[in-house]
Amino acid sequence: MAPIGTLHYLVVAAALFVLGVIGVLTRRNVVIVLMSIELILNAVNLNLVAFSRIWGLHGQIFAIFVITDAAAEAAVGLGILIAFFRNKETVNVDEVDLLKW
Amino acid sequence: MQPVATTFFFYFLAGLTVLSGVLVITRKNPVHSALALIVALLGQAALYLMLYAPFVAGVQIILYAGGIMVLFLFVIMLVNIERSQREEQFNKQWIEGIAAAITLGALFVLVFAKSKSLFPDRAIPMPEGSNTQQVAVLLYGNYMFAFEIASLLLLVAIIGAVVMAKKRI
Amino acid sequence: MLDYITSYLKSDTTPGQAGNLLWALIYILLIFLGLSVAVIAMNWLERKILAHMQVRLGPMRVGPHGLLQPIADALKLLIKEDIMPAAADPWVFWMAPILVVITAFTVFIVVPFGPTHAVTDMNIGVLFMLGVSSLSVLGIVMAGWASNSHYPLMGALRSSAQMVSYEIAMGLAVVSAVLMTSLNQTGTGTLSMIGIVQAQQAQHIWFVFKFFPLGLIAFGIFAIAMVAETNRAPFDLPEAESELTAGFHTEYSGFRWSLFFLAEYSAMIAVSSIAVTLWLGGWMRPFPTWLSGETWDLVFSLIPGLTFLLLAAIAFLGVIRMPKHPYFRVQTIGLAGFGAVLGLIGLILLLPPVRDRIQDIFWFSAKVALSMYMYIWYRGTFPRYRFDQLMRVGWKVLLPLGIGVLILTAMAGVWL
Repeated sequence: MAPIGTLHYLVVAAALFVLGVIGVLTRRNVVIVLMSIELILNAVNLNLVAFSRIWGLHGQIFAIFVITDAAAEAAVGLGILIAFFRNKETVNVDEVDLLKW
Repeated sequence: MQPVATTFFFYFLAGLTVLSGVLVITRKNPVHSALALIVALLGQAALYLMLYAPFVAGVQIILYAGGIMVLFLFVIMLVNIERSQREEQFNKQWIEGIAAAITLGALFVLVFAKSKSLFPDRAIPMPEGSNTQQVAVLLYGNYMFAFEIASLLLLVAIIGAVVMAKKRI
Repeated sequence: MLDYITSYLKSDTTPGQAGNLLWALIYILLIFLGLSVAVIAMNWLERKILAHMQVRLGPMRVGPHGLLQPIADALKLLIKEDIMPAAADPWVFWMAPILVVITAFTVFIVVPFGPTHAVTDMNIGVLFMLGVSSLSVLGIVMAGWASNSHYPLMGALRSSAQMVSYEIAMGLAVVSAVLMTSLNQTGTGTLSMIGIVQAQQAQHIWFVFKFFPLGLIAFGIFAIAMVAETNRAPFDLPEAESELTAGFHTEYSGFRWSLFFLAEYSAMIAVSSIAVTLWLGGWMRPFPTWLSGETWDLVFSLIPGLTFLLLAAIAFLGVIRMPKHPYFRVQTIGLAGFGAVLGLIGLILLLPPVRDRIQDIFWFSAKVALSMYMYIWYRGTFPRYRFDQLMRVGWKVLLPLGIGVLILTAMAGVWL
């Protein structure tokens, strides 16, 4: 087998990204959509760290910042979910349509 | 130090991560989904270790798997209703969603195939024993401003999440 | 083969660093055995010490002075019926105790029993330990959720909220200690466990006494936070029997409960090892600079052997005080045999070649054992905290105190 190079890691990151996109676009449960967003962010992180092996440590610093931002975004997203769940007893994305005409 | 059985570990970890990713988006029960995501995050931390980034791996385990996923599990317990598990799991436009994702995947494959020369396999020889020190030098040197802004962002997120989830402001 | 073994014994790196898989596996096996023995001993010691603190005797029947009680407990747990609630989630119910045990045991990869006696010395040792112990919160949440009943769910939510809150205080205290490692020539600190003890060696002071009283306050914060982190008294509301009918492990029986029990004691030993490494000087003997020199080294190197001989003397004292009734003959012989084994170990530890090798491991284990005794002492002394009082202490007392200690340590490090 070929020695493991950067391309291998990029393929794994791309696969995770595509899986995350499928999750966001097709699932109805809001929590699972948020978890798919976390998958997407992780794929980006893997890409950054894989390239940092070649071009220097800046990729790892950026990955740390992405993880921090993902934490903040998950907290706020879940807060919104709880606030919405308190009004309407559902976790279905299709039923978030109060402002629809 | 000589890395040992790199190929085996890479394929094992990559397979585990991608398989857990598939489980995240296909499980009916959100708790199972969250557990699969935890496995995916831990597999990713191991991949970071293989990429000679131990500090990012440590941060991933502490923050992502030990912090964010606990938050997710708490919220799943708060909003979990049995009814949602017996309904339709995939929404009405699932075909369009998968088509879009496959197009994206094809775009990735095209980019990888056409630009093999852009991903050189030379790796910078990074001294293994001082990754944390080098990350610290960069983080508190070049990226000091971004570091402070990130702390401000986290403060705003904390206040925002607390206000959002309160029953009465 | 023999010179392979002797060449390894003379090496100066850990097996992980040397890339030596066989020795790493042997170390892991030794850690498993050591932890099992430690957990069994802790079970017996806890019941006896708590009993003596409460002016009663504790288990006395099963072996001489109850020494075989843990074995009886283990047998009982192994042959008990394995009940799973009907509406429980089978996957998650099964995974929860396994996850808790795995995280409790994985921490011991980086615990340093000596300058080369660790399975591996990761660059991010402290970060790894903190991260893996924060994964045990997940196992508890899973356990409470999968049981599908009220008390476990409430217990799990309370327990995980408590653990997450006190993790922050622990992290701040750890950062204060790691800051102190950077007070050397190059100004570079280290996160590796062996590096932290070597920094204490180089600065000739245990970090608990450094920048007095900052090191002491940081150690105090960590000591309180580690008791709350492992759900032990006085912070054991989530699993106390009079409050929540055993909390998150109510619905677990038999072998699965014993896994939780094993994980709890292993986690106690793990966080005690962090405390000992970061503040109490790791494997260094007490008073390395006050009482230094050849004779004091000799005196301190005799202490392991003398400790075991003292334990053997206590066992023989117990033999003499046994009732002289034919029913007690087996117990008397058993206790005398146990005393003889302890005495033999003591004599072996007095031999010069063994004496020099056993110093690091003995002092580290002695300090961890002292920490375990403090755990049992807290359980016998303090009343339980109510949950809101518990959260108040974690967020409003320990967190500001931790930040204050961190800032003062940084200022002291720069200006002193």
